[in-house]
Amino acid sequence: MSDDSVPRRKFLLGAGLAGTAIAAGIAEPVEAQQTAPAAAPTAASAPEAEPFVTLTGLEAAFITAAVDTLIPADELSPSGSDCGVAIFIDRQLGSAWGGGAKMYRAGPFVKGKPEQGYQLALTPREFFAAGITAANAWSRKTFGGKDFDRLSPADRVTALKAMEDGKAGFENFSSRAFFTQLHGIAMAGFFSDPIYGGNRDKIGWKLLGFPGLPATYADKIDAYRDKRYVADPQSIADFS
Amino acid sequence: MTTRLKETDAVVIGMGFSGAILARELTKSGLNVIGLERGPDRNPGEEFTLTRLRDELRYVVRLELMQDNSIDTISFRNAPDERALPVRRFGAFLPGEGVGGTGIHWGALHWRFLPTDFRIKSALAEKYGAKSIPDTMTIQDWPVGYDELEPHYDRFDKLCGVSGQAGNLRGKLIAGGNPFEGARSDDYPNKPVKTGIGPAIFSDAAKSLGYHPFPVPTATSSAPYVNPEGITLGACEYCGHCNRTACEANAKASPNVNVMPVLRTEPKFELRTRVFVTKLLYDKQAKRVTGVVYTDIKTGEEYEQPAGLVVLSSFVFGNTQQLLLAGIGEPYDPKTGKGTVGKNYCYQFEAGGEAFFEGREFNPFMGAPGMATAIDDFNGENFDHANLGFFGGGYIACLNGGAPPIGGRVLPKGEPRWGVGWKQAEAKWYRCNTRFNTQGSVYAHRDNFMDLDPTYKDALGRPLVRLTYNATENDHKMSRYLVEKMEGVIKAMKPTHYEVHNRPKNFTIVPYQSTHCTGGTMMGSDPGNSVVNRYLQAWDAHNLFVQGASVFPQQHGYNPTGTLGALAYWSAKAITETYLKSPGPLVHA
Repeated sequence: MSDDSVPRRKFLLGAGLAGTAIAAGIAEPVEAQQTAPAAAPTAASAPEAEPFVTLTGLEAAFITAAVDTLIPADELSPSGSDCGVAIFIDRQLGSAWGGGAKMYRAGPFVKGKPEQGYQLALTPREFFAAGITAANAWSRKTFGGKDFDRLSPADRVTALKAMEDGKAGFENFSSRAFFTQLHGIAMAGFFSDPIYGGNRDKIGWKLLGFPGLPATYADKIDAYRDKRYVADPQSIADFS
Repeated sequence: MTTRLKETDAVVIGMGFSGAILARELTKSGLNVIGLERGPDRNPGEEFTLTRLRDELRYVVRLELMQDNSIDTISFRNAPDERALPVRRFGAFLPGEGVGGTGIHWGALHWRFLPTDFRIKSALAEKYGAKSIPDTMTIQDWPVGYDELEPHYDRFDKLCGVSGQAGNLRGKLIAGGNPFEGARSDDYPNKPVKTGIGPAIFSDAAKSLGYHPFPVPTATSSAPYVNPEGITLGACEYCGHCNRTACEANAKASPNVNVMPVLRTEPKFELRTRVFVTKLLYDKQAKRVTGVVYTDIKTGEEYEQPAGLVVLSSFVFGNTQQLLLAGIGEPYDPKTGKGTVGKNYCYQFEAGGEAFFEGREFNPFMGAPGMATAIDDFNGENFDHANLGFFGGGYIACLNGGAPPIGGRVLPKGEPRWGVGWKQAEAKWYRCNTRFNTQGSVYAHRDNFMDLDPTYKDALGRPLVRLTYNATENDHKMSRYLVEKMEGVIKAMKPTHYEVHNRPKNFTIVPYQSTHCTGGTMMGSDPGNSVVNRYLQAWDAHNLFVQGASVFPQQHGYNPTGTLGALAYWSAKAITETYLKSPGPLVHA
């Protein structure tokens, strides 16, 4: 195992504090509610050490590093985790969907052809757990004993690219399938309604120019022909 | 312990478009009807509301309205010599569940088949010689013609408040409509929906090449409209959220909005939801069904519901499974070609493309799936197939279906999909692209069929339907031809970049392609070539009427729902006007 230093401790600490807070029925510590300094443009960023529902500290560190590599901070948005994408993934994996709702899970489980689609017994939550474990094991083997979240930004890009191309030699797990799921859920987190925890401050919608709700355009199709329609996007919470 | 309930006049299994129409027509003729639906009730006033529907994650990504595969799925393989495995989550196609069925979340593209489609085998034999049809291509003529079905197409158009531009009104060609369509007895109930920029450019380019573009007919009313059931529909708001969701404006047609409100106030109709029909009770001697057995999912209790008439109107898979389990009709055997139940499964998997117009502003989030223009110059027998090496065809369309942010983004090849530079690419290309699609006919093949899976079972212990399906060489050639023609139009549109996507060699069960599954309980002229007769009455059980796209002998180059609705009215008319007076076979074998 690699060292377990500051950023990772923060996850463990955050989760612990949240647990205490819930158990004691008290408000979260004030420090945890403070907003972190954000990259331009400033979004209402994640409270530091926001508690995770289902991800372990190690998993949260991996997911945070992964979404920050997929969605790096730049002039268009803060990093993926600062946009709530790690929290989104945590909530999704802890949801009914993450637990395999509406999924046929009877055996026998047999490896099929790619044309036959997903054939594992794992729920999405279990799939990510296994995938993160395999990715970190491969990362340690490939990058001098370091887990993925301990890699330099450049090495993280190299590692994700290898997974995307199916060239990361995970032991007993498909790196390509893992990357596909990771990328898919990160995109969903960056672009879904903020009610699910990601797309904070509707930053994903703003960069596309997607106006969100309420979407009544019958009188706008002709008026905005070849002319950009700009609206301050509204989300579900804006109508609640 | 099965509780036997009091007999009723008719039960309807599955409350999608066909089921709702049949229930409505049967109650109108005085029958007491029980609608059995395995999913939940879906009441537009409670469920199809804002802000609830504007949730792409819930509806589009997590498939809120779709079949629960933990209860029931199918198994799948590409070829008869492979091992089928269960589809653990539906992907390629997405049948709905609950009152309204797949008729809630459809895109509402509302087509009629061509007159020649209904006699396709004869038409091909006449033009190209009977020997030109390969032995493996198990197409056959429909036992009903376009002219017979036309009044029922018209009824379904009016029920749905379809928007479109007639191209052939009572034999007179009308500029701007589809010149290839069969003669319509009446105009569309509503004017076409608005045209987006992409589809407008497509239209001009297609015209410059000598093709005949027209607005795609859509079951989305372009203006407020009162349908013949007295139900007021709203006008489309072009919200861009039609696909996989419902419509809060009551503009997109659904069973829930366009039919169910009258059924809900009809004393002769009773709706039972969350009841799973496990079995048709079949009296082989008497050649009739006596009722159904169902499990109430809410209590776990099993019931027998005797009925004088049974309407089987679930999805293609459920219809086929019920007949196979009950032993009604002969199961199809691809080795011998004998049997008909499960035969001629067809799946319409599409090929398309996208074009990018750098610097232009398309506002792609404004739209509706029917906000599209198409050409029909390469559909069915609208063009000559001599020396092409394939039969069939399809329409080619440019669509403005909306661009929800999770699934509605597309980037030119070579742009990063993540990391540095990716967001800049999204910001640049999201607002200036338009999409294309080719629908294609699926000319049935001997090896594409459904039977019962030997291994996998549903949550009620019944064997799953096993689907054996792959694309055929004929359909691949047809599709490549359409894509070539589509590419010609795209080039004429002069985009900054474009890409076209041919179908993959093998059909795959993911990702989404279309929900256009057909066949399995095909209609035909005699019991040797079909499961049901021209009135959708089972040859082997005269009081069983099978509805939906499972009765299509093959799939033609259009979306199936228009024809599905027309057949429901056609069948209902035969039942109420003829069958009920003297129950028995409507066609003598």
